[in-house]
Amino acid sequence: MKLQVASRLAIFALLELAARRDQQVSVSEISEKYGVSTHHLAKVMHALGRAGLVHSVRGAGGGCQFNGNARRVTLLHVIELFEKSEAEDSGKDALGHGTNEGRALREVLGEIDGIVEATLGSITIATMLKLVDRHRNGGRRSAVAIQR
Amino acid sequence: MTETATKPAAHTLAIRRVRRADIADVIALDERITGLAKPDYWHDVFTRYGERRLGERFFLVAESSDPRDDEGILGFIVGEVRAWEFGSAPCGWVFALSVRPGARLRGIGQMLLEAISAEFRKANVTKMRTMVARDNRLHLLFFRGEGMMAGPYIQLEKELD
Repeated sequence: MKLQVASRLAIFALLELAARRDQQVSVSEISEKYGVSTHHLAKVMHALGRAGLVHSVRGAGGGCQFNGNARRVTLLHVIELFEKSEAEDSGKDALGHGTNEGRALREVLGEIDGIVEATLGSITIATMLKLVDRHRNGGRRSAVAIQR
Repeated sequence: MTETATKPAAHTLAIRRVRRADIADVIALDERITGLAKPDYWHDVFTRYGERRLGERFFLVAESSDPRDDEGILGFIVGEVRAWEFGSAPCGWVFALSVRPGARLRGIGQMLLEAISAEFRKANVTKMRTMVARDNRLHLLFFRGEGMMAGPYIQLEKELD
């Protein structure tokens, strides 16, 4: 499955901010880590801010902070801010719509969509941070990954 | 806004094997959560998982000694070691997990899962599996939060007309 760059960047930005809840993290620091322009990241942060997930403080010493609940914000929440929904591609204008072949294909693709939605909708930012921690520790489970 | 999971003090919560006297609470808790009363089912589960092959079958309950909690169990978990079904090497399966709604966000589900995981390890299995309905967001979020990821199987089904 491929995600748009903006979606990936949004997820990475939220992981950086949620891992350091008590700090203001600069856009330049995150953009440098992921090799993107600050302009591109700023647009993503703006969208996250509109969604209430990020709080920005301007000026010297300012930066961004995670403004959501890491145990409730899921990857699906984030991705839906940036990706066109599958439903928009499978409406009445879709090729084959109204045919039995179209209905059969929609059933199969619907199965995949259901699995994708259930997966992305069940992985929270908090769960992702545990996964990050596990990879940081070389695949071994860490005792405590998240400060609740 | 952030939620804070308030863990109970260690001495107020205990995880133990189910007893026959617990089954009424199990039935009531399951009915409260699912909306279906299944007394025969749970009595049968107790017979099979509470009294037989206890080295590979585990029916655990969580109870509290905190006077602020109502009497009765706060939650339960049921699982067993299954071997060679669907071509799988022996692994631990969790097929039931419930926590009283008013007792959630206290780490009880996590403690139950850790307790059964410890039993599975003692039984020399190194993998634990479960199955969750796609629309059961609560259980999906919980098991994912406990580090479970999708396994190598796909569950298939068909209507028998």
